[in-house]
Amino acid sequence: MIGAPLFKLSGLTKLYGARVGCRHASLEVRAGEVLAVVGESGSGKSTLLSCASGQMLPTSGGVLHGATSPDGRTVWRDIYQDLSEPERRKLLRSEWAYVHQDARDGLRMSVSAGGNIGERMMAAGARRYGAIRREAEAWLARVEIPTDRLDDRPTAFSGGMRQRLQIARALATGPKLVFMDEPTGGLDVSVQARLLDLVRRLVAEYDLAVIIVTHDLAVARLLAHRMVVMKQGRIVESGLTDQILDDPLHPYSQLLVSSILQT
Amino acid sequence: MSAQDLSSAAAPAPAEEEADYNFAYLDENTKRMIRRALLKAVAIPGYQTPFASREMPMPYGWGTGGVQVTSACLTESDSLKVIDQGADDTTNAVSIRKFFERTARVATTTRTEEATIIQTRHRIPETPLTENQILVYQVPIPEPLRFLEPRETETRKMHALEEYGLMHVKLYEDIARHGHIATAYAYPVQVGRRYVMDPSPIPKFDNPKLSNCPALQLFGAGREQRIYAVPPYTEAISLDFEDHPFDPGGVDQPCALCGATGVYLDEVITDDQGTRMYVCSDTDHCEKTRADAEAAQ
Repeated sequence: MIGAPLFKLSGLTKLYGARVGCRHASLEVRAGEVLAVVGESGSGKSTLLSCASGQMLPTSGGVLHGATSPDGRTVWRDIYQDLSEPERRKLLRSEWAYVHQDARDGLRMSVSAGGNIGERMMAAGARRYGAIRREAEAWLARVEIPTDRLDDRPTAFSGGMRQRLQIARALATGPKLVFMDEPTGGLDVSVQARLLDLVRRLVAEYDLAVIIVTHDLAVARLLAHRMVVMKQGRIVESGLTDQILDDPLHPYSQLLVSSILQT
Repeated sequence: MSAQDLSSAAAPAPAEEEADYNFAYLDENTKRMIRRALLKAVAIPGYQTPFASREMPMPYGWGTGGVQVTSACLTESDSLKVIDQGADDTTNAVSIRKFFERTARVATTTRTEEATIIQTRHRIPETPLTENQILVYQVPIPEPLRFLEPRETETRKMHALEEYGLMHVKLYEDIARHGHIATAYAYPVQVGRRYVMDPSPIPKFDNPKLSNCPALQLFGAGREQRIYAVPPYTEAISLDFEDHPFDPGGVDQPCALCGATGVYLDEVITDDQGTRMYVCSDTDHCEKTRADAEAAQ
């Protein structure tokens, strides 16, 4: 179900000196909505995601977090301008979550799977070992990892399992908005398919809003409700996924869609 | 060489050359710098205050931080005690005590109740401390979050924002792996309900003594250039889980030499057949208990 607006970029611009990371990017995401950001390498997808997820200060423009006030209105607050650093960090580890392309960036490799999943819960104040462990076990089951691997370190996991563990860790405190940076990158095709299935199921089950960066249009078609196409730091086209994939308007989108092998 | 010669060789009378050193080795400006760091550390209990640690005439890891703090605190009327793992007669303790005998010519003692400054490595004395005493700890790694978060910029931010979830991840890992919190020394404490602090590698048995102690407790880390403090009568709570509460541990038997109970005991293996005895780690306390017992007879 698509719900209240959660997140908005307004005129986001990030310059690296004279070079353009992304320019005048605007978009909005509502609760339960999956938005794919597609484009070739160097098109500014990762810059956009870093700024949007609170990890890099944009040169100009707003990254707005929407909260619903008691009377039902949406209150917008810029995460860099209106939130203090403690508030922003708290937002990043409670209501928002981030899934890295390389699971090693998102996991603590020297800590067991249970500790990895439990970290956000403990950061949020959980102090009962038994409860944390039960919850971690439940999450492991939800991402289809055998629960007897709870005390194993991620170093002993395969790439696909690590990625699923990373997703469990990100979702353990019930975030509303998840940023994903090429979550299926570097996995083989069958593992990719299983992971996408899992993400699609979790998104529906927990009513998650997702901003997913990918260069793989198949991923976008499977997961996303809407998508934006980026080229040279600008959003050149945005709309419903089916609409863009079946009837691309911008020449670059047309090129992108036509470059997929047709079966 | 007679016994007399030996003792004078071990502790030479203060010679002319020592007069070239300032009182307690460090120059007055350095001591002033350290005292400023100490004041800040006391004002913010548990906060790691940076200071410009000096090269000392001993290797890092042998108590350079503790020695600098002691040097900054010493006055001519002080009485100094130095312990290493509870003992007054081990290499580290003897050499540091001699260092200050030569450079500051202060009185030294092995008796806890007579000392005004006690420099310690890895123990808190068994004899309860008083308001007139300062306990100086030698600290190897002051950052309790270090082994889980290697970035100094990040650990500082975590302290500043009171984000201590990671500390419990460490305890969680202990329980998951060993069935109980297996951290037996350098057990993290939260000081004054604010900063999480590494109490230096004291056994967790000593952690309860950290809390609400009448003496001023100062911690010096020379290599890492940090000073921190637990002021008198400040709460220091050992971190734990609700269903796995903090347990100070310890051996459930009396000292084989003095018969004291409720003290921290060292396990001494006496032969290759597995025979072992448990003796007080605090040598001064052990001697005192035995002397008291003899006097009572």
